[in-house]
Amino acid sequence: MQDARDLQEIQEKIYPPMVEGVYDYGTVTDKISDITLKKRTPYGWFIGFGISFIVAQLLLLTVTLLFVQGVGIWGNNQPVGWAFPIINFVWWIGIGHAGTLISAILLLLNQKWRTSINRFAEAMTLFAVACAGLFPILHTGRPWLAYWMLPYPNTMAMWQNFRSPLMWDVFAVTTYATISLLFWYVGLIPDIATLRDRAKNKYFKVAYGLLSWGWRGSARHWHRYEIAYLLLAGLSTPLVLSVHSIVSFDFSVSQLPGWHATIFPPYFVAGAIFAGFAMVLILCIPLRVWYNMKDLITDTHLIYMGKVMLATGLIVVYGYAMEAFFAWYSAAPYERYMMYNRMFSGPYWWSYWLLILCNGISIQFLWFKRFRESPFWLFVISVVVSVGMWLERFVIIVTSLHRDFLPGSWGMFAPTIFDWSMYIGTIGFFFALIFLFVRMLPVISIFEVRTLLPDAKVEHHGHDHEHSGQGSVGN
Amino acid sequence: MAQLFHRGANNIAKASLVIAVLLAGVAFYAYTQLARSSYLTGRYLEKQQPVQFSHKHHVGDDGIDCRYCHTSVETSASAGIPPTQTCMNCHNQLYADQEYLEPVRASYRDNKPIKWERVHDLPGYAYFNHSIHVAKGVGCSTCHGQIDNMPAVYQENTLQMEWCLSCHRQPEDFIRPKSEIYNMQWKDSNLTAEQRLKLKADYKIRSKELLTSCSTCHR
Repeated sequence: MQDARDLQEIQEKIYPPMVEGVYDYGTVTDKISDITLKKRTPYGWFIGFGISFIVAQLLLLTVTLLFVQGVGIWGNNQPVGWAFPIINFVWWIGIGHAGTLISAILLLLNQKWRTSINRFAEAMTLFAVACAGLFPILHTGRPWLAYWMLPYPNTMAMWQNFRSPLMWDVFAVTTYATISLLFWYVGLIPDIATLRDRAKNKYFKVAYGLLSWGWRGSARHWHRYEIAYLLLAGLSTPLVLSVHSIVSFDFSVSQLPGWHATIFPPYFVAGAIFAGFAMVLILCIPLRVWYNMKDLITDTHLIYMGKVMLATGLIVVYGYAMEAFFAWYSAAPYERYMMYNRMFSGPYWWSYWLLILCNGISIQFLWFKRFRESPFWLFVISVVVSVGMWLERFVIIVTSLHRDFLPGSWGMFAPTIFDWSMYIGTIGFFFALIFLFVRMLPVISIFEVRTLLPDAKVEHHGHDHEHSGQGSVGN
Repeated sequence: MAQLFHRGANNIAKASLVIAVLLAGVAFYAYTQLARSSYLTGRYLEKQQPVQFSHKHHVGDDGIDCRYCHTSVETSASAGIPPTQTCMNCHNQLYADQEYLEPVRASYRDNKPIKWERVHDLPGYAYFNHSIHVAKGVGCSTCHGQIDNMPAVYQENTLQMEWCLSCHRQPEDFIRPKSEIYNMQWKDSNLTAEQRLKLKADYKIRSKELLTSCSTCHR
């Protein structure tokens, strides 16, 4: 008996429990579904949603002005033709990556700690991709012709330029948006059915009923569901790597000093996951406090995410080091000049060192338990990292472009108020969507959390387990 | 508790998936057709002109050469719209007192050009030059259709980019000897494939790559 208990202790140390409260199937379902169904909408929700919604109007106003006036309202002009729109596009699309990593790769790797964070991480992905998609479409200048980017039998008898990474980007991002939506929605179906069964209001019942596609939770339903979910996870997994690799090709395939580097794909992917985990932390640290869910989104979750952030952050820092090394080792005067200009002599030197401070220095605190285990510090570091990742794209795009090959073509970039209002507007839009999601759909996957409960443990060695249930996994 | 949905709801749900796919297909097909429709391109739509001028009568019945009126077709980008003076060359004698020619006479008297309605209206971003097409063996009727059969001129083709490119990608299918440029009855089948290829070589028509380069038409 003693041995068995020791074993259990060791196991708990290696695999800490991912649900800390004492729950059974019923109470955990109550806990999560009540946020949507029973509890009154908290006043804080109205404040949060209200602010986000008002900020989102900045986006609406800017886009309206953009349609009337054209892209001249922004600060980008030759030689810096890609400025805020592309910086923000890459920033948002990167943020989405953590959601896909959590839902797909961690599922395939059988990581239990994905379970209570995957749902809203996926929602975050979806909303981030929505924000990201706006930018390149609006950057084209004539967004009503954005469908020209898709290959279809058009009256111009022309194909897109398939050799252009910008074209690959169109496919990468549309695939990513589609798969993310499907994955999120398929994962929601059993939980929407739970809400349908529990809703008292007739209209909610019908709405959830329609969305749950007649889910009854029969064995056959579960069987097919598991296969579909696994297949979608398999489809999403390469996307974690491919989407941001292709985004990096937008830069690295062109022959511009500062962009044309082989390190770009892995360095971008790591940066994306880094930024994404920062955003997941920014979202879940307040969420678990406001909705009193610290026993479902535990400190262990936060610590794990902090570790992922540290690991991916270090890869990104390695990327910065390699960029500088490549420039020096290439012995090409343009490469060397670009790097020297970026770091020391150029007018944007401060953005480079601010980036190093935000992405390189700040994460070093995560080596220490004290910071890793403090939600407050994790939150602060996550915000700093989000700023840092934005700066990274600023540095890559603006400092590489502003010094053209001929000194006569050199120029400077300064954002206008509409560059800022559009960027801030998308942040408002993103948070408004998050608030709506939290209010209307189960923010944590109910049925997956149920599989983590003691009730779900398969009885494998006698009566040692106090909570051993009926020996069934899942429902 | 009563069931939320009717028994048949499952079938409706399943059917809706199939219908959604079908509808998307139909909508896509409809779009491809609508995008090429006369409604959007103006193809085959006759335009009302300020004078009831009939190309069928002047070209088909009287046999007047295209260049009698469209004088600059061989030398410049625009084929040219004739001044009223050209009309009056004949019409100061012929039908000189006809009521429906009054706008022509008025124009001549007052020295004010007739405001013809444009039938073939290319967008400004497409550079088009009549003279090079004539010089390389593209006949009038290849683009404009059988003008000698049109009482009121209409647009024979869509003027869409795919239509331009259909020739620029293989000009040999559409060219004819220089002597036949103004022949309204010319058929592309009058020449064999070999003859057309030889013609293409004789005219020194450039490669497909050059003819379909962006800046050939968008300058």
